[in-house]
Amino acid sequence: MMSPTYEETPTETPDVAEIVLAARHVTKSFGPVMALKGVNFDVHRGHVTTLFGENGAGKSTLMKILSGVQKPTTGKIILDSQPVELGSTTEAQELGICIIHQELSLAPNLTVRDNIFMGREIRGRFGVDFAEEERQVRKLMEELEEDIDPLAKVEDLRLGQQQIVEIARALSVDARILIMDEPTSALSAAEVEVLFKVIHDLKAKGVSIVYISHHLEEALTITDHAVVLRDGTMTAYAPRAEIDLEWIVCNMVGENFDLGSPPTGYDFGAPALSIKGLSVPSHTDGELAVDAMDLDVKAGEIVCIYGLMGAGRTELLECAAGRIKPVAGSVELHGHNVSKLTISDRIQSGLVLVPEDRQRDGLVQTMTVGRNLSLASIQNFTRGLFTSRRQEAEIVEDSIRDVTVKTDGPSAMIGSLSGGNQQKVVIGKMLVTDPSVIMLDEPSRGIDIGAKAEVFRILAERAREGLAVIYTTSEVSECLSIAHRIIVMRRGKISAEFSHDTTKEAIMAASGESLVH
Amino acid sequence: MSATSTNGTAAAKKSGSFSLIKVLLEGRAFFALIAIIIAFSSMSPNYASVGNFLIMANHVAIFGLLAIGMLLVILNGGIDLSVGSVLGLSGVFAGWLMQGVEVGSVIVYPPVWAVVVLTLCVGATVGLVNGILVAFFNVPAFVATLGSLYVARGVGLLMTNGLTYNNLSGDPSLGNTGFDWLGFNRLASVPIGVIIFTVIAVATALLLTRSAFGRWLYASGGNERAAQLSGVPVKRVQVIVYMLSGVCASVAGLVLSSQLTSAGPTAGTTYELTAIAAVVIGGAALTGGRGTVLGTVLGAFVIGFLSDGLVIIGVSAYWQTVFTGAVIVLAVLLNSIQYSGTRRS
Repeated sequence: MMSPTYEETPTETPDVAEIVLAARHVTKSFGPVMALKGVNFDVHRGHVTTLFGENGAGKSTLMKILSGVQKPTTGKIILDSQPVELGSTTEAQELGICIIHQELSLAPNLTVRDNIFMGREIRGRFGVDFAEEERQVRKLMEELEEDIDPLAKVEDLRLGQQQIVEIARALSVDARILIMDEPTSALSAAEVEVLFKVIHDLKAKGVSIVYISHHLEEALTITDHAVVLRDGTMTAYAPRAEIDLEWIVCNMVGENFDLGSPPTGYDFGAPALSIKGLSVPSHTDGELAVDAMDLDVKAGEIVCIYGLMGAGRTELLECAAGRIKPVAGSVELHGHNVSKLTISDRIQSGLVLVPEDRQRDGLVQTMTVGRNLSLASIQNFTRGLFTSRRQEAEIVEDSIRDVTVKTDGPSAMIGSLSGGNQQKVVIGKMLVTDPSVIMLDEPSRGIDIGAKAEVFRILAERAREGLAVIYTTSEVSECLSIAHRIIVMRRGKISAEFSHDTTKEAIMAASGESLVH
Repeated sequence: MSATSTNGTAAAKKSGSFSLIKVLLEGRAFFALIAIIIAFSSMSPNYASVGNFLIMANHVAIFGLLAIGMLLVILNGGIDLSVGSVLGLSGVFAGWLMQGVEVGSVIVYPPVWAVVVLTLCVGATVGLVNGILVAFFNVPAFVATLGSLYVARGVGLLMTNGLTYNNLSGDPSLGNTGFDWLGFNRLASVPIGVIIFTVIAVATALLLTRSAFGRWLYASGGNERAAQLSGVPVKRVQVIVYMLSGVCASVAGLVLSSQLTSAGPTAGTTYELTAIAAVVIGGAALTGGRGTVLGTVLGAFVIGFLSDGLVIIGVSAYWQTVFTGAVIVLAVLLNSIQYSGTRRS
């Protein structure tokens, strides 16, 4: 492990001149899930402090606590050496703390001006002083070098422009502490440069900035301090001068944990899934999310698709599963064209998808663990008109054992499970349909590292029995685990293909992650 | 992982100590019904007799049938405001058939079984239109069925010119007698309406708990996207649900017009609201995915026994409306307590 890790561990009483905002021993639990396990975090006055960490490491949760969106379960927040309670975002804003959310929190039906001044409208003599608001918005947009009409509706703007509006809103508050959670994920390179210039100006004005980004190299160019979170604990902390990309990756991923290796000792079978010239439209604008893509996966093979947000991974898998219609190309399963089949027909013929967002697309929250597990295979235990309770119980019990779900029993409500176990239920539900091809969209999203390893172990075992596995990820470390082959997607196309003995740097370079300097 | 298991046992402990509250909360429709029966029995000697119970059950059967259809739609996350109008239209349609239909130059008098089948088709058709509007044209269920509420009522008024068909008994010489059997006859002294209600309730309960369709319905009501990705034909389920609701409304229309031996175009006005109330009192969630036939049946009995009881002890009809409203609000209040409790744990 690289050296300067714990040397500057935050002290109990933060230095007032140096540290403007600090979190001490902060924990946060959501039901059975611990998102933060006693985190210490310092925001340096007039500097950029960047928080690094994988998905589910607790970055967003920590930022929500610092900005008053959520309350910590235990621990305290110290502002200018005074302990504070942040009951709401309004309270935080009054203290000068403002956040730019990862998910856009704009009202799409309102104009840019109304969004920027939402909740703190400028009062004039006759209600709201719209002219003054408009003038301020124009000034902000000038500062950001963006040509956005204050009276345009937010829903008519591009995603990148919407993000600019979100940034402008935070700037308009005159915050002392500005938290930016993935502000660049939808911005073009030119827009990112402008944003960085704005950040420099803000620093010069004495504003302290907390920055979160998945673009590691991009974040390194502007940060002054780096903090790394992993599984809800702070693992490393150092000023910019002492660190490099490798240090961050090492601390983010943790070297000791083994996510498995590609199963060996058998030959792949015939091609199970063949995607030919597939083009899928993007749901946000008229462009193609997937652009004439070809992909073959053999029986027993594990393929990992790596790419940044918006690379087209989700659209590719959802189209293959029958959720969205392609504009061109075909999907073949064992040589048969399945492009015309419905989702349920594709499941019957052995092609299944484990969706990315398990709360929204994977689970029925009103049903029990057992009923969620058996949902995709009801036909298998239906005799004539009625379902067979005995057969269903057998299937469910087998499945719980198979994918090692930790639960009080099949009749427990699905919400009582931890994130990792919920994910296993979604995977188990698809596995009981006895598929020949399984596609998993970000199967490790929001689950802890132990559950992650177990999910990969289950998949590797099934691949050995001849299942073709395709999974997507945005964590490089997960590419180099059980996958035999790694495909890098960028803007709807395959930008590179690697075998499992490649390096993290090569994969990241191919995804476009290190393009911005 | 240790965090998971300790939390699990803590939750189990909690549910143990609060089990009495939980039982009361879950069986609230049942306990409410018991309370109503005890209260009115003490106030009127005529209330608690088998004869009276059967008469009241015969009243309950009408909107109980509507409520069962409504339950299916609500489980799907929708709402069906058209059931009251479909009830009225079905009665009128049956009455119109009973009066004889002019085909060319002859007047045809269809036999009663054909009248019943054709009337059920009317309900199914209205439901089909509702279902297609909701499932394939993404019209909000509230608006689509509000539209058919007006259309069905209007068609009923047009068919009769606002008048009522009075003679539904048929004529032996025409071979179409027997319509009043539905409303007047009794099997082992149980009114036919109650028997039909029971049969449909049991069949629906089996459909919901033991068939693949039932599972599909609960899943697509609980989370449509997840159900769809698990291979559930969510659109088909949606259309069928509205059709079944229409059929239930037609059955109710047949039973009611047979009980009255007349079919008026305004029959069943605002019954859709009573049906929704019964479903809600029975513990179903308007957001979909939660609810049972037993609960809905109990809910229908709570409303029916309450309003008939108030009549028996001589309380003004205006007060009945106030009481019914209070019971509905109370039921929804308990619903939200119950469901927020399960979400928190």
